[in-house]
Amino acid sequence: MNNLEKYDAAFIEALEITKEQLEGLEYQQIPSWDSVGHMGLVAAIEDAFDIMMDTDDIIDLSSYEKGKEILSKNYNIEF
Amino acid sequence: MWDFGRFGDNVAIIDEGKTKITYRQLAQEGKQLAEAAGKRCLVFCLCENTIGSVLGYSAFVEHNIVPVLLSSHLEKELLDNLLSAYSPSYLWVPKEQENSFPDSKTVYESYQYVLLKTGYGKDYPLYDELCLMLTTSGSTGSPKFVRQSYTNVKVNAESIAEYLSLDETERPITTLPMNYTYGLSIINSHFLVGATLLVTDKGLMQKEFWNFFKEEQATSFGGVPYTYEMLDRLRFWRMELPSLRTMTQAGGKIIPELHKKFAEYAAGNGKQFIVMYGQCEATARMGYLPAERAIVKCGSMGIAIPGGNFHLVDANGKEITEPFVAGELVYKGENVTLGYAECGEDLIKADERNGVLQTGDMAQFDADGYYYIVGRKKRFLKIYGNRVNLDEIDRLIKGKFSNIDCASAGIDDHMYLFVTDQSIADEVKEFVAAKTKLNPAAFQAIVIDEIPKNDAGKTLYKELAKYYG
Repeated sequence: MNNLEKYDAAFIEALEITKEQLEGLEYQQIPSWDSVGHMGLVAAIEDAFDIMMDTDDIIDLSSYEKGKEILSKNYNIEF
Repeated sequence: MWDFGRFGDNVAIIDEGKTKITYRQLAQEGKQLAEAAGKRCLVFCLCENTIGSVLGYSAFVEHNIVPVLLSSHLEKELLDNLLSAYSPSYLWVPKEQENSFPDSKTVYESYQYVLLKTGYGKDYPLYDELCLMLTTSGSTGSPKFVRQSYTNVKVNAESIAEYLSLDETERPITTLPMNYTYGLSIINSHFLVGATLLVTDKGLMQKEFWNFFKEEQATSFGGVPYTYEMLDRLRFWRMELPSLRTMTQAGGKIIPELHKKFAEYAAGNGKQFIVMYGQCEATARMGYLPAERAIVKCGSMGIAIPGGNFHLVDANGKEITEPFVAGELVYKGENVTLGYAECGEDLIKADERNGVLQTGDMAQFDADGYYYIVGRKKRFLKIYGNRVNLDEIDRLIKGKFSNIDCASAGIDDHMYLFVTDQSIADEVKEFVAAKTKLNPAAFQAIVIDEIPKNDAGKTLYKELAKYYG
């Protein structure tokens, strides 16, 4: 799996959604992405890329797109 | 209840948009709102953590109007059931929901909330001491409310203010909904001392929450066990929060490892971590573990709050006097609520408990008299701090899916839905998550050949435990 596939899979599994829902997806836009879902999502992303995210990045991850931006800027993950 | 006027220009509430309201304004606005309602009656409040929501609630209580506190996100169908069971005279709702009630007429507006007069024209008589009502589960839409009296609310708030040593310099930030008994108790106890509430509907996982926290110098917050798991995940330990003084925990038993971690963090950083115990049926709080005992008594929920007391009874109803013997926890105190209501006719009912509450929790105490919760008598789970009745879940599933056999069981924060038909497993899970409005991560469907039952056809829930251990 390439990085994008890994990233997508983390969202799909943690939030129990489909690939079609990813684009433009924002925090609290769907019932499964609440604070509980966010915790699961962060864990899934950390596992997928073997990283430990900073607190500021965890609370800044407010959309599907924003997450990509954070990962590439602060964790050198290329998409 | 609070007599807001005595705190004058103290700021009572600040919201995320920096709007402030002083105690003097709260008293004035409240008076006008109460005059618009015109009489002692029943009002359904659809709550948010906003100034308008708190203003309405406090005005009703202060002026002998009886609010029922519900979530503003309550499913329409569930809300309609409650409305028809109680036919309240008014609704106090966020302005953006005004048009969801076409049969009602707006009679007053304040701080983005509106007072809607309903057309039921059927006012059920209200018991004189009835102060407010809350739901026990909040999620499954059961029409069962807890009836709390003026004395209940007042004595519990006073007791909390005493054991937490609250004063007007406190600035608690909201982390819990105000229609949840624990969230409400934070408001009630802080209004008693003239403190400043920081209200937001943003959560711990949002940047805006922490910005608000830091800018407005929050001094305390409350959390359910899951809140502390999230804080742990957020590496809370590394955050710079100099204004923070106190963290309280309630809404279920926190795992001892996490209890220890937060107790040690608090002790090492000049803060307090206070584990508490309570139920909506006891207004809010019954027990607390003093901060200085947080480490040595890790895993304990503490001792009874000022004005209350605990004892344990065995299966024969006899009091247990030996330490380390488990029995049902019984609480006595003036905060034990009047009882339940299930329909409008129940609103006239007087006190049915006389200050004694069988908690349904199994507990034991140690040699120093500190209590530890060890189990539960009734079939319910706490999911993210919300009480969810398992029998009710079974009923909901059976009502939705015809000819289905199912049984729900589990541990706190993890519910297992046992079904015998693979083809509907996903659907059942989605249904329960949607119905309870809880994150689907809490639910798992497990397909088994048959639901274990005894000869009388009663489900043997204990036998299901082997699937989730």
